Amino acid sequence: MTNLSDNWLLKVEGLTKIYGEPNENSVRLTGPLFGSNICPETDSIVACADINLELFPGEVLGVVGESGSGKSTVVRLLYFDLESTAGVAYFNQYGNGAINILNESSQKKRFIRNHLMGMVYQNPKDGLNFRFSSGGNIAEKLLMAGNFNVGRIRERATELLEQTEVPVRRLDDSPASFSGGMQQRVQISKAIANNPPLLFLDEVTTGLDVSVQAKVLDMIRTLQQELGIAMIVVSHDLSVIRMLTDRTIVMKNGRIVEQGLTDQILQDPQHPYTQLLVSSLL
Amino acid sequence: MPPILDVRHYTKRFDMHVLNGKRINALTNVSFSLEPGEIVGLVGKSGSGKSTLMKSIYRTYLATSGAIYYQSLRYGPIDLVRATDHQIIALRRDEITYCSQFLSVIPRVSAADVVAEGLFRRGAGRTEAWHQSRDYLDRLGLPQELWDAYPSTFSGGEQQRINVARAIIARPRLLLIDEPTASLDQRTKDVVIDMIIALKAEGTSVLCISHDLYTLDRLADRRIELKDGHIVATTSPVS
Repeated sequence: MTNLSDNWLLKVEGLTKIYGEPNENSVRLTGPLFGSNICPETDSIVACADINLELFPGEVLGVVGESGSGKSTVVRLLYFDLESTAGVAYFNQYGNGAINILNESSQKKRFIRNHLMGMVYQNPKDGLNFRFSSGGNIAEKLLMAGNFNVGRIRERATELLEQTEVPVRRLDDSPASFSGGMQQRVQISKAIANNPPLLFLDEVTTGLDVSVQAKVLDMIRTLQQELGIAMIVVSHDLSVIRMLTDRTIVMKNGRIVEQGLTDQILQDPQHPYTQLLVSSLL
Repeated sequence: MPPILDVRHYTKRFDMHVLNGKRINALTNVSFSLEPGEIVGLVGKSGSGKSTLMKSIYRTYLATSGAIYYQSLRYGPIDLVRATDHQIIALRRDEITYCSQFLSVIPRVSAADVVAEGLFRRGAGRTEAWHQSRDYLDRLGLPQELWDAYPSTFSGGEQQRINVARAIIARPRLLLIDEPTASLDQRTKDVVIDMIIALKAEGTSVLCISHDLYTLDRLADRRIELKDGHIVATTSPVS
């Protein structure tokens, strides 16, 4: 599953996102010890703080935690959907890994996003444009990554739909007319269209029924093995984490409370919250 | 040659915060070593700590104290207790294989693919992995019509064979194998034992948990007996 070299692909330090008007105590007075991410002095919301992580090429990292723990915020900050309050992120495929990508201009962020990253959202509406056909959605991503050969784009879209088991004859239909599982597979096709070394998956199987869920997960696993994409998989579902990831980060109230090998997190959790989470697993 | 595995004063205690801080002393001050190419049988009653020890070596469990030195091809001598997660991932992929008592099935992956994955992960080509996987399943007597079926519906013995094939096919340097012959008939048991002996001949070191005397007699160069989380006896091949 993992294609490890000894060098990180992505390195994140002190990543923080605060909504509202924080003061110097906001980070200190929130977190798992206080059971809250709302600053008692300013009412600002510390969505995540002091997040440190390293992701290796081809590695799959899980992020688990309850709703509101800040796990989606982390990937949205790294994909530039949100602007960080503090922290740095280095990406070894960009500027030799020496540039804090969070501080780049919006034009350069767009370049990084279009060429080096992919994102799959929980809600297909966030990742797909329902006014375009499914082929058109994939084409959009390819155009943004600088591919302008129309014949080649169509060929690539067909290839991607085949890979993700979407009937190719639906290439010209809008994803609006697709089932939830199919929409999700079109979204994945779009996200990997530019062969990114890094893919973010945010609760991608939530809301799908079990058999469709298994199909989507199996597809992600196969793509990962064949293409060697590094992934950050956000999920509240421990079975998704168990199936897809090598390492896992556990978040609560905007902080990382524990990280380790996925089997260790599931079988020998150390933090009281992780123990509670694992013992609640059906 | 130094031992391939050297467990030093290893202690594992589980602190269960959800149960009002209940503590379980699973292993206490365990020390032993495994020589290159040696097969050591780990014996003892259920609950004596055999699987805990194996999972500790594989780093599924974190240590409370002690050290586990392993002679790695990639890293040289390395303490598995203190190695980074990424080092452990690399060792699991290239050198150390753990075969649990139960197969954890992956939805929608066929028996042959589950087995082939063990090789594929180590960089073998698809076709090569595919051929070897079928060869192993054939030798283990898994009916051919099951090769492309999903193991979630298989019997205990069928799952067990897939599990063992998946572990052995990768030819690890260190094999941790938990009850490889439980729930197998005599003929298949012998096939599994022969496969492990063939690995040993190639230089693999093996730690094997078993309750089966026949398996232990045929496989183990030495036996280590655990009781209540302590090593109580080591039987050398001479005695």
